[in-house]
Formats: sequence, C-alpha cells, structure tokens
Amino acid sequence: MDGFLSLFEQYDVAGAFWINIQLTFWAAIWSLLLGTLLALFRISPIASLQWFGASYVNIFRNTPLTIIIAFGVLALFGQLFVSLSEDFDLNFFRLAVLGLSLYHAAFVCEAIRSGVNTVPLGQAEAARAIGLSFLPAARLVILPQAFRGAIAPLGNVLIALTKNSTVAAAGSVAESAGLMKTMIEFRSDMVIPIFFTFAMGFVIIVIPIGLLTTWASKKLAVAR
Amino acid sequence: MRTTRYGALAMAAAAALTLSACGGGGETEGGGEGGGAEAGGETIRVGIKFDQPGLGFDEGGSYSGFDVDVAKYVAGELGYTEEQIEFVESPSANRENMLANEQVDMIFATYSITDTRKETVDFAGPYFIAGQDLLVAADSDISGPDDLNGRNLCSVTGSTSAQRVKDEFAEDVNLIEQPGYAECVSLMGSGQIDAVTTDDIILAGLAAQESNQGQFKVVGNPFSEERYGVGLTKGSELCSDINAAIEKMIEEGAWEEALANNLEGVDYEPNAELNPPTPDDCA
Repeated sequence: MDGFLSLFEQYDVAGAFWINIQLTFWAAIWSLLLGTLLALFRISPIASLQWFGASYVNIFRNTPLTIIIAFGVLALFGQLFVSLSEDFDLNFFRLAVLGLSLYHAAFVCEAIRSGVNTVPLGQAEAARAIGLSFLPAARLVILPQAFRGAIAPLGNVLIALTKNSTVAAAGSVAESAGLMKTMIEFRSDMVIPIFFTFAMGFVIIVIPIGLLTTWASKKLAVAR
Repeated sequence: MRTTRYGALAMAAAAALTLSACGGGGETEGGGEGGGAEAGGETIRVGIKFDQPGLGFDEGGSYSGFDVDVAKYVAGELGYTEEQIEFVESPSANRENMLANEQVDMIFATYSITDTRKETVDFAGPYFIAGQDLLVAADSDISGPDDLNGRNLCSVTGSTSAQRVKDEFAEDVNLIEQPGYAECVSLMGSGQIDAVTTDDIILAGLAAQESNQGQFKVVGNPFSEERYGVGLTKGSELCSDINAAIEKMIEEGAWEEALANNLEGVDYEPNAELNPPTPDDCA
C-alpha cells in the first residue's frame, strides 16, 4: 500500500488527468460548433453543401484518430511548419485540440442529424408556411428541438471524446496515457495498480458525464 | 426462434475467437525448461524488439540486430539451433508481464538492469553497457546536452531521457514526445527538431539505417550508464549458463563482430571504458 501511494508522490497523476479534461473541454466546444455547421450543411436545400457535409463526415469518421493526430505533428508541424502558438508546448496542445475537434465534429454532426429526425416533418412545413426561409426555420424551429432530442447521442460523443483525448499522447501532449507509459517503464513492480489507477480515473470522469446527459435528455426531451 | 439461432451463432463465433487467441502461445510450453545441451526438438522463445534498427528489427519474417545476434549466440550455447529459436515481440511496457506469464524464456530487448525491475524479474548479463546520448544532424554544432538550450529535443513517450536533459543540463530546451524514434528522426530530417535522445546504441542503429545513411551522427558524449541485461523469469535456472555464453562470446570476438556488423557505416564507438562488460554474479 505504501508503495502504491508513493506512485502519487512520484508522479503528477491528477495533473495529467487535468490535461485530458482541458483537451476534452476545448475539443468539445470546437467540435460542437463545427458539427452543428456540418449538420446544417447536410439538411440544407443546397446540393453542393449537402455533398460537402456528407464527404466531410465520411472522410473524418472513417480515418483513425491516431492518424489525424500524427498528421498534425508530422505533417502540419514537421513538414509545413504550421505553428498555432509561440509557446512550444502550447502549439502541440492546440494541434491536438484541432485534430480531436475535426474528428469528433463528424460524430457531432451525425448526432445532431439524428436529433433533426426526431422533429416531425409538419414542423418544417409549418415554418415554411409562415414565411420562414431555410436559415430562420433551422435557427428558430428545427435546431432548438433537434438539440433537445440529440442530448443522449451528443453525450455519447462527449464520453468517446474524453477517452479519445488519450490519443493526444501521440501528438506530444503530456497527458495521462503518456504518464502511464512512463510509470510502467519505471515502476515495473506496480504494473497492475498503475493500470487500475488510470482505468478508475477515466471511470470517475466519465460516469458523471453519462449521468448528467441521461438526466438532461429526459428533462429536456420535447413532449409530443 | 430466429433470434435464438442468431444468438447461438454469435456465441459460437465469440467462443471460437477466444479459443484461438489462447491457442497461439500454448504449443511451445516448457521450451525453456529443457535448458542444457540436450534440448532436442524443443524451441526457445526469445523476446526482442521488432522496431529498433540495429538492435532488434523485423525485416519481414527474419530478424536482425545486435540483440538478435547475441540472443542467437547465447541460445546456441544453451544447445538450441537457429531453427529452434522463436522470436517474439516484447515492447518495453510488456516485458515484465511476458516474463511473469512465461510467454518468453528470455528477453534481449535493450533491457536495462534496474533495482525496481529486479524485484519482478531476474537478469543475466549485462552483455552491453549503453549510455544516454544525442543524435544530431551530420552538420550540427551540438556537442553535448549543455548545448541544447533553446533547441528542440525529441524522445519517445514513456521514457524520461528528454526530461533528464531538461532537469540536469539545459533548462530552456523544448521537449517533444513521439510514439517512436522513427517519427523523431523524420521530424529531424525536416529540421523542425535539433536532436533526438536515448541510449547511444539505439541512436547508432537509427543512423545506420539505409535511408538515414550519412544524414545524422551520434554526438559520442554519453551522460548515463544503461546496463543491458538478459531478462529472465524470476527464479530461472538459465542465468549462469547465459553468463558463461556471454563471456565466451566476448572472448571469441563474436561480440565485437556482431556490434560492427550491425552498426556498419556509422561513426560510433561504444563507451570503451565499460565495454565489453563482465556479467554480474547470478543471484
């Protein structure tokens, strides 16, 4: 037991998880914005925008996240000299947020589209009938109801995003998966407790998200 | 009725997968226990790295590198022919578990002897003494870790070699961690990083790769001591035989030959004060 506790003195486990939470927070915001835009494209009456939205989703949803993150470092930083910050470490953090956002935007888009499907067709027809064009109809009638119907699938995307933030280790961000590797390398006598610690860490972060979104999806569901 | 049938089918498929996953390692059970000269038809399972050029490298079914050559020599001395050696990939994080679960009989995988590791596994050797060093572009002016302030330094996730440079030598160094050394070398090729750090022999192996030939150099100013041992299951009886084999290999000159063959074309000399090493006494 003493040996186990000494792990926490030797390594900043909480700090590493805090990086994961920060990655998740920023990537959640950006992917929600981008995903909503993509969902609008996909339900819009303009064929080229529909095509763009569908292509984006199909490309990013079907590309492994590790490859997207590695692309950020090896191609954007390594070959194209892209820099998102003057600060060396912050640059990699932002590249990782960019990769996570681009990837999860595809899933957010599909979650919102599933929410749009919960809105009866009559609502869109009624919006048209009172003279609203596509954007006002989407903003005032369709999307507010769609978001309320999409809370559960959006929650699933957020949970996946939380766990996927560990892939940022491949992008030179010092988060929990990287720390776990270090700890296993140097404390080989404690491999199983180390695994258990990190698994429990994610359970502790993810369970409240699940409870919250389940509660919110019930509370905010549109009564029909 | 329909659903039940599909359910049963799914169960059967799952069971088949589980069984086949278990089957893989079972056939060679007990390969190491034979030991000695009369190993007969048994095989010996040797854990190596598959991704470290110059040390343990998978070239599409055949394996090359210094670790591999030492492993072949030692296995030969233990009475196994080359056909009886079964090489298994043992990534850094899995080495202790693979030994504890007897998935391998011995490990030659840049495995440094440390006191923490000795608590869970036994070591024979050391058969090589490496030291942390830097790999830099061939025309670089970096001559040691003190020159790294303001430069970008790459190492792999899970090693603390880069952190050591920051803590002990150059406070203002920028650290970047990558999943493998190949990524570090590719970043250095484009000039975005200035140095890669890890054990000197690993760096020499990277520099010796055909695609990197002539582009990079090992600085040759090692600042740590890594004693590469042969990882064994706790309580293994192979230790003293392996040590005798290593001593014989060094005496015969095969050790030096293996080193030269695998790091051909790189300007690299292992730390001459410490190499070739004398194996420790077996516990």
